[in-house]
Amino acid sequence: MSLFKAKKKYIRIKPSDYMGDDTVSHLDVPEDMFKKCPHCKNIIYAKDMGDEKVCPCCGYNFRLSSKERLDNICDEGTFVPFNEEIEPKKTFDFPDYEKKLEKAKENTGINEAVVTGFSKIGGIDTAIAVMDAGFIMGSMGIVVGEKITLLFEEATKRKLPVIIFAASGGARMQEGIFSLMQMAKISFAVRKHSEAGLLYVSVLTDPTTGGVTASFAMDGDIILAEPGTLVGFAGRRVIEQTMKSKLPKDFQSAEFVLEHGFIDKIVKRDELKDTLWKILKLHGTL
Amino acid sequence: MEDIKTSWDIVELSRQQDRMTGHELIDLIFEDFIEFHGDRSIGDDKAIVGGIASLKGKPVTVIGVQKGKNLSDNIETNFGQPSPEGYRKALRLMKQAEKFNRPIICFVNTPGAYSGATAEERGQGSAIATNLLEMSGLSVPVISILTGEGGSGGALALSVANEVWIMENATYSILSPEGFATILWKDGSKAKEASELMKMTAKDLLENKIVDKIILEYNGEKKLTNEEIANNLQEELEKALDRYSLMSKEDIKLNREIRFRKY
Ligand SMILES: [Zn+2]
Repeated sequence: MSLFKAKKKYIRIKPSDYMGDDTVSHLDVPEDMFKKCPHCKNIIYAKDMGDEKVCPCCGYNFRLSSKERLDNICDEGTFVPFNEEIEPKKTFDFPDYEKKLEKAKENTGINEAVVTGFSKIGGIDTAIAVMDAGFIMGSMGIVVGEKITLLFEEATKRKLPVIIFAASGGARMQEGIFSLMQMAKISFAVRKHSEAGLLYVSVLTDPTTGGVTASFAMDGDIILAEPGTLVGFAGRRVIEQTMKSKLPKDFQSAEFVLEHGFIDKIVKRDELKDTLWKILKLHGTL
Repeated sequence: MEDIKTSWDIVELSRQQDRMTGHELIDLIFEDFIEFHGDRSIGDDKAIVGGIASLKGKPVTVIGVQKGKNLSDNIETNFGQPSPEGYRKALRLMKQAEKFNRPIICFVNTPGAYSGATAEERGQGSAIATNLLEMSGLSVPVISILTGEGGSGGALALSVANEVWIMENATYSILSPEGFATILWKDGSKAKEASELMKMTAKDLLENKIVDKIILEYNGEKKLTNEEIANNLQEELEKALDRYSLMSKEDIKLNREIRFRKY
């Protein structure tokens, strides 16, 4: 973002006027023209957020779809999807799950909660996986686990680094214990990639929680996070029930886990590509 | 007769306080147990017991979740919910076992990893992730036995094993049925219905190849004593470890990898 942009004024809407969803749809304006920042609560002109979707008032990073993320990070036209059409090894007769999956596919235009493939970042080849919180909260079931495992296995074969953008509510409840097993399955593939001396960079984006935090997201040689990202294992409500008290607002934020020593660095979205490129370059993967 | 039990019946049985604790199982199955403490970083989590012992004369490393049998025990052991330092202690003992080429046996009975504020501050997610990653590469055989509740990532963090066994009335699931019902239906009171859908009983888990063996708690209608169950376990463990003693380190690792790759 430019330092020289003129400061703009933003409308502040009283809570009583605001119905609580992200778009101010009840105002008489074209849809998506204005957005409410969930962090500073200002109403902002969508165009001011730029392609990176950062709140111009407070710097909050709006959630990106996997496509937006890939557009932000990969060199133009270099992303080649891998295992786009993978079929689940098992079907689950969980009530309404089939419908839920169909709806998620329709809404997001992708087949599952992670997109995997190969691309270039600043001219350097890398394997990349981007989770999509818009797809059933980015939850991890068999297909997500398999795609990430296959990506690590293929990257090991091709001697490439892996970059994963985590964005997930955790394990996919509807697939039950099989979702839990994905955490272990992926760990084997991460290990073999690591034993081959290859680099794995994990980027935590909003939200990174549950079984994803408790597996590959925390396994990176280098772990980065976007500012303000929710990072945690247990859900906030569960912790509050356990503690029988309210938690401070920044509990389980990227800043919180940085302070406690569990991640390497917080990187602003507009510096992320450059940071990743430097890391790749310093690992000699040109 | 087991067929008459509903999943919920088994959930309740799996939570009974009179089930054998980690300590009791270790005392009944092994000899010369010496308990070791601490994660060498911030403390000693009493929810995890571990150390070295001998199984019919052969050295092994044993690790167990310690659920209490009464309230005061449970306050000490945090109701069998390990903290990050508990998982790190377990991992320390596993790496020690690997160094001295000892098999590892884990007894798992936890409602889940501790979900308090301190657990988050000390990196519960990171601790579990590290255990999964490190267990995936151990060159000694690991056998994990689910002996009560097998709650989520907190149970998995001790169960990336060559073989996973389960006691007849134990469970293993992605989340407690109460938590599951809360997440999916916003109604924790539907736990009973959830338990039926979750396929979390020993029988369901064996059918789905999530576990490899069921350790019986009943002989027909007769409930086995703790000693009888422990004797069976001792025999089964001896047989299993004999099998692994013929395998190379690489094959032991590969065996575990193949087991989990199928999911
Ligand atoms: Zn803002």
